[in-house]
Amino acid sequence: MAADGSESPLTLSEKVWDRHVVHSAAGEPDILFIDLHLIHEVTSPQAFDGLRLAGRSVRHPELTVATADHNVPTTDIDKPVADPVSARQLEVLTANCTEFGITCYPMGNANQGIVHIIGPELGLTLPGMTVVCGDSHTSTHGAFGALAFGIGTSEVEHVLATQTLPQTRPETMSVEVEGDLPAGVTAKDIVLAVIGVIGTAGGSGHVIEYRGSAIRALSMEGRMTVCNMSIEAGARAGMVAPDDTTFAYVEGRPHAPKAAQWEKALEDWRTLGTDVGAQFAKTVTLDASALRPHVTWGTNPGQVVAIDGTVPDPDSFAEEGAREAAARALQYMDLRAGTPLRDISVDTVFIGSCTNGRIEDLRSAATVLRGRQVRSGLRALVVPGSHRVKAQAEAEGLDKVFTAAGFDWREPGCSMCLAMNPDKLAVGERCASTSNRNFEGRQGRGGRTHLVSPAVAAATAVAGHFATPEDLL
Amino acid sequence: MKPLHVVTGRAVPLDRTDVDTDQIIPSDWLKRVERTGFGAGLFSEWRDDRNFILNQTEFIGATILVAGPNFGTGSSREHAVWALMDYGFEVIISPRFGDIFRNNCTKQGLLPAQVDPDFGRALLDSVLKDPSLELTVDVARGTIEVPAAGLTGTFPLDEFTRERLLNGWDDIGLTLRYESSIGEYETHRASWLPVTTG
Repeated sequence: MAADGSESPLTLSEKVWDRHVVHSAAGEPDILFIDLHLIHEVTSPQAFDGLRLAGRSVRHPELTVATADHNVPTTDIDKPVADPVSARQLEVLTANCTEFGITCYPMGNANQGIVHIIGPELGLTLPGMTVVCGDSHTSTHGAFGALAFGIGTSEVEHVLATQTLPQTRPETMSVEVEGDLPAGVTAKDIVLAVIGVIGTAGGSGHVIEYRGSAIRALSMEGRMTVCNMSIEAGARAGMVAPDDTTFAYVEGRPHAPKAAQWEKALEDWRTLGTDVGAQFAKTVTLDASALRPHVTWGTNPGQVVAIDGTVPDPDSFAEEGAREAAARALQYMDLRAGTPLRDISVDTVFIGSCTNGRIEDLRSAATVLRGRQVRSGLRALVVPGSHRVKAQAEAEGLDKVFTAAGFDWREPGCSMCLAMNPDKLAVGERCASTSNRNFEGRQGRGGRTHLVSPAVAAATAVAGHFATPEDLL
Repeated sequence: MKPLHVVTGRAVPLDRTDVDTDQIIPSDWLKRVERTGFGAGLFSEWRDDRNFILNQTEFIGATILVAGPNFGTGSSREHAVWALMDYGFEVIISPRFGDIFRNNCTKQGLLPAQVDPDFGRALLDSVLKDPSLELTVDVARGTIEVPAAGLTGTFPLDEFTRERLLNGWDDIGLTLRYESSIGEYETHRASWLPVTTG
């Protein structure tokens, strides 16, 4: 309440936070109720062990859903998983879900896919909810106006046992992207540009709300791409206020509310947006019309430039830490300062991940590849984010476009985003990747990752070096 | 978890910024379903380099890691904390931590001591110069002291987390004190909220 007795204006994240507080006391973190808990094979086994050790049960198995994604191979999924350690982890997920009564989509199931792709496509992720997962890219679900964040395994155990989490109230931050995106510039370029501007710690301790006409103009797929990489700016979560684009995406999905419940939900969702006059602790603005396709050159997502640029000189950074980090990154990436990005050749192109493995991403890449060929000698793979995405793409004939161009058309999973399955870079290999992290060794020990949009990845596959679709004309 | 009061010991200076959790514990190690034995995987790709700081004999047995800013960014993998603790670290000092990593530390009883950047720099320089330096980190007082180098610094910790660390309290147990509030909340959740079954 404001001093004059009126309700004080609130931001979207504050509204969602407030309606989930189960217990609040001075000097203690708030205890938040969790509406949806997503789990996968990598960060859950030790949490279930913890429950068993303490003799605890899962409080709400019906608010929890599991899928196998990080470890799954993307070929021969009808055969046993070759890596015995991966196979065991996948088996343990299924066994734990059976023991505790949790719905699980194992490898090959029609609903299986990357955890952050299946939540939205099944209609489990809805506006105004709290969503958590033992995975930092849980921020993806914020695209629906949900408060969604990544947690560690101890917290996974905590949510399983109590359906709540103790959390300290984060600060609010507004990232306003105004204007029309130029042709060929995508949601991925927006978020890479944002991270380039605010840095990998720019969102630390904050929930970012993405606002402005360029965000409103994005599809849900695009908004998910933007929110997905909030964690790469250090933010606790990223959100977009729900609007008609959101509602149109959600309506009719398997778990979305129906009939009278739908109307009730809609009425509620329309109240979620940030109130006029609400204050953000921090505000950053970006001119969408000045954006260009972006490519990372270093070993964190903040080390990024427009494709028309050159690899920066480490000495051009004011701060000593940034200078040293840039110098080390250039050494790891085997790049020289001053090299135009378009002169850098790649061995591998990877299209997929929770950042860019949705249908719109595949359409965007396929548009570039139609009637073209992948540069000879280059390895190119496309990994749909889920079986539903794969089926949709095949119904549209996109698989044929990819394979005709020389891409491998694979089964769904996280795949080469983090190389926990057989899809890896070899030492020294260079990859144009639509994923989210260019960390050292992320796509395989000694591999070199450049983050790009699906359109740039496709054009790069054809050119053999970094390129935009316009470069191919 | 084990209570943490005062840690006195030598430190490893990791003079790098933006050390992400993929570096702390590479993804190959994440396929294991156990919670123990991750120490061997700690910084495993960097440890292949004989000159990497952890491979230098004077730093063996250190219990404190002094890092540059932005330590523990990226992936939420708690395996990073398990690896640091299994290796023998009880305290990580940095001017800034990744949010999820810092959270994961306090759930396991590994102290993330966030220090002023100038103090962090001075600490790194001192330990780089003299690996035998002893540091004393006091959870109750929120202080870091290096008498031989004449350095004293502080780190913030909210009282709730401080009490948890000092007493080794389990978070789930603390939350279940309010189980009736959870039950009460559950009675008035919106009827349109989805369930994962069916």
